[in-house]
Amino acid sequence: MVPIELDGRVAFVTGAAGGIGRAATRRLLEAGCKVVANVRALNEESRALFADYESAHPGLVTVVEGSISDSATVEQAVKLIFQQFKRLDIVVNNAGVLHDAYLGMISDEMIESVLSTNLVGVLKVTQTMSRLMKRQKSGSIINLASIIGRRGNVAQMVYGASKAGVIGATLSASKELAAQGIRVNAVAPGFIDTPMTAALPVEAREKIISQIGMGRIGTAEDVADVILFLASDLSRYVTGQVVGVDGGWTL
Amino acid sequence: MSIEQAVTEAFHESMELPADVDVTALTYRGHPAWTSLGHMALVAALEDKFDIMLEADDILEMSSFQKVVEIMGKYDGSH
Repeated sequence: MVPIELDGRVAFVTGAAGGIGRAATRRLLEAGCKVVANVRALNEESRALFADYESAHPGLVTVVEGSISDSATVEQAVKLIFQQFKRLDIVVNNAGVLHDAYLGMISDEMIESVLSTNLVGVLKVTQTMSRLMKRQKSGSIINLASIIGRRGNVAQMVYGASKAGVIGATLSASKELAAQGIRVNAVAPGFIDTPMTAALPVEAREKIISQIGMGRIGTAEDVADVILFLASDLSRYVTGQVVGVDGGWTL
Repeated sequence: MSIEQAVTEAFHESMELPADVDVTALTYRGHPAWTSLGHMALVAALEDKFDIMLEADDILEMSSFQKVVEIMGKYDGSH
């Protein structure tokens, strides 16, 4: 196995306390990255998580609290990164919410909530953080899309639209930033075992698993390893791609 | 170096303007070099010179040389 070493590199991870964000943060820390970790609001569990990271990787984690759909949070994060490190190598646009609703049952608040976190946040973070990357003429931005954004699903019009938007943003940003040595790719997870999907009834979970070629639900680490690959120089000539991590789910 | 001098240098360096161009009279899109791409180059030059990260609202409000000087005055002049 080729070890991935990212010693001295600086990463910004949004939604760093969630399932995939947590796994991605851990992988980046294990690879030697300094990680600026964003969480919407610290709670007892996430405080304990970051305390664990701090004891395992002293001085490598900095927490920025706030919603990334709020420009002030993004500005605060970029200022902190600039002041502390003067550079930024990796962005993982992971923060996201999942709300299901059938057509006719979708509220304005739900549309606003899903689009602002899943899509608007990605746009704001990409615009702001890429300016820091342009200074050094390198960087890798990894956006969390979803199989739902490519294939669609019942009761997920809003979520699917937000993730399709992430793919569109990825494709356009990759074209604009390639000349500056900045790569932009998306990861499209399938059915992944995270707190976001844990609420699904057992029958629904089993039905989905029966549609997955590899016969099992994915783990956050399955996704985090692809994120790590895209963050590293192993993918130095890869940009504008959407990498499915779905075990062959035939949605 | 005053803020106005530093901004003048940033304009000349980023847009590769001839020395005889009076940058104090420039406005966004009012000169062939101050396009949207020129604007981003100017932003990068200002950030380098002042060793700061500009806020998005400030970047969008930089519509003239005088406005740029005014905005840069808000940042600590460590250039």
